[in-house]
Amino acid sequence: MSVPPDASGADEHCVLVTGEDGIVAARQYSREAAKGLGFGLVDQSRIATAVSELARNVVRYATGGRGEVRIRALRAPDARTGIEIVVCDEGPGIPNVDQAMRDGFSTGHGLGMGLPGTRRLMDEMSIDSALGRGTTVTIRKWRR
Amino acid sequence: MARVPIVRLGEVLIATVQDELYDQDALQLQEDLGGLLERGSARGVLLDFSAVATVDSFLARLIGVVAATARLLGAETVVVGLQPAVAVTLVELGLALPGVRTALNADKGLALLSSRPPDVRSS
Repeated sequence: MSVPPDASGADEHCVLVTGEDGIVAARQYSREAAKGLGFGLVDQSRIATAVSELARNVVRYATGGRGEVRIRALRAPDARTGIEIVVCDEGPGIPNVDQAMRDGFSTGHGLGMGLPGTRRLMDEMSIDSALGRGTTVTIRKWRR
Repeated sequence: MARVPIVRLGEVLIATVQDELYDQDALQLQEDLGGLLERGSARGVLLDFSAVATVDSFLARLIGVVAATARLLGAETVVVGLQPAVAVTLVELGLALPGVRTALNADKGLALLSSRPPDVRSS
């Protein structure tokens, strides 16, 4: 689940997540961005839902429920268009990323579908987490 | 944020969920429906999702909780108007709303509720 660092983005939107307003704002921005990049309705829904899951994790787990969502356009070497969303926080970090990626695993009274579900909705996903320092989740979707 | 309006049509409570539902509104809806069902005479709940573009795991879970709560209070729940893109996303997310009845639109949902045999508790 690695994301190659080949992306060259143009304009980038940044949404500060500081509670459930941030969840709604983040998914609205990402849906608008996906729409602007020519993604279809189903992909718009997948992307907005994935962002909603990740932003919700920030509110639920991160220190003070604060984090950041950065959205930008991608252009692959083969000219495909994509979208990249980076969700980061300075929370406690994920002790075991492999475990967190498993269906049904949750430490926060959720359904445990957030991270594995997000992985299924997107084309690429990588998680960089350090205990006590925070978590950065990067997701990408390419237009077909 | 905006409270989800609930109207009564015969024995059915109809909640039309707006786009970009806030968590707080969703929880309020659950509470409002519980209160209305407690007062009796409703035996159906119709949740209209036709205006909702994003259903994440929180909202999907809440739909299940509302349906289960309503059932314990003697009412059947039908979710109507799910957008195709939302349906695809929910299946991929792994949350296909098991145990929740669905119908394509409000008309079909109401037909489903009215065709239901009388409630055992009220007979």
